[in-house]
Amino acid sequence: MVDSVFIGLSVITIGSAILSLESRELLYGGIALAISMLGIAGYFIILDAPFVAMFQIAVYVGAVAVLIIFTVMLVRAPNTVTKKETRKRKVAGILLGLAFLILAGSILGNSAVNQLKFNDAVPIVDVQAIGKELMTYYSPVLIVLALTLAAAVIGALALARREDIEERNEPAN
Amino acid sequence: MNQPIDFLYIAVILLSIGIYGLVVKRNALRLIFSIELIANAVNLALIAFSRMLPSPQGQVFVLFSIAISAAEVAVGLGIIIVAYRFYKDIDVTEYKNLKN
Repeated sequence: MVDSVFIGLSVITIGSAILSLESRELLYGGIALAISMLGIAGYFIILDAPFVAMFQIAVYVGAVAVLIIFTVMLVRAPNTVTKKETRKRKVAGILLGLAFLILAGSILGNSAVNQLKFNDAVPIVDVQAIGKELMTYYSPVLIVLALTLAAAVIGALALARREDIEERNEPAN
Repeated sequence: MNQPIDFLYIAVILLSIGIYGLVVKRNALRLIFSIELIANAVNLALIAFSRMLPSPQGQVFVLFSIAISAAEVAVGLGIIIVAYRFYKDIDVTEYKNLKN
């Protein structure tokens, strides 16, 4: 059976996930997305993965949410609810989402996943094991990932650079 | 005590909310929100199975996945800012130069 902590986390996560897409103000949507990410971090904690939960809070709530909120402030959209989101498109989207939900839910409910149980006898996975995996078997992946992250950040900086301002400043120097 | 199936149901619900957002919303930032929701649903499923086995490799994969989606968000927001500078709008239907 499910317990009360799980139900509370589910309400917070799913409610703010819906709110992040449906809120009228884009800024509140970004904040609701951050709260939804916090709910996911709570799931990670009750799944005995505190290190991943900390990483999730640091990266999503700390970095990504702040990045999104700053972008919302930079991009001053004239109207957040656009006329392109017609009622027909909305009904089609709700139907598609519900169809996927029912399909995947019934597949899950009828599959053998139903009989899987959490193994409480074994000791929980500790941070040391994760560190050992990262440093030994997955160390090439870690290096490639670091390069990818650096390349992505440099690429984002190069994308957002304003060339017109630089050209105006060059004759002065 | 919870079972893995509960967490998988939550992941499926988040995934369908993300699909709904990708289909309906035409605001570029909302599309990024939807992509983030889908990525987080996948992370939740991976952690649930990692707890069930139990094996630390699922957690390692989730660490990689979080880093990848952080990079993706950085590039995506950069592209949105550049597009806003060109079109003065973040509605993806206004981005007409990519069509035809």
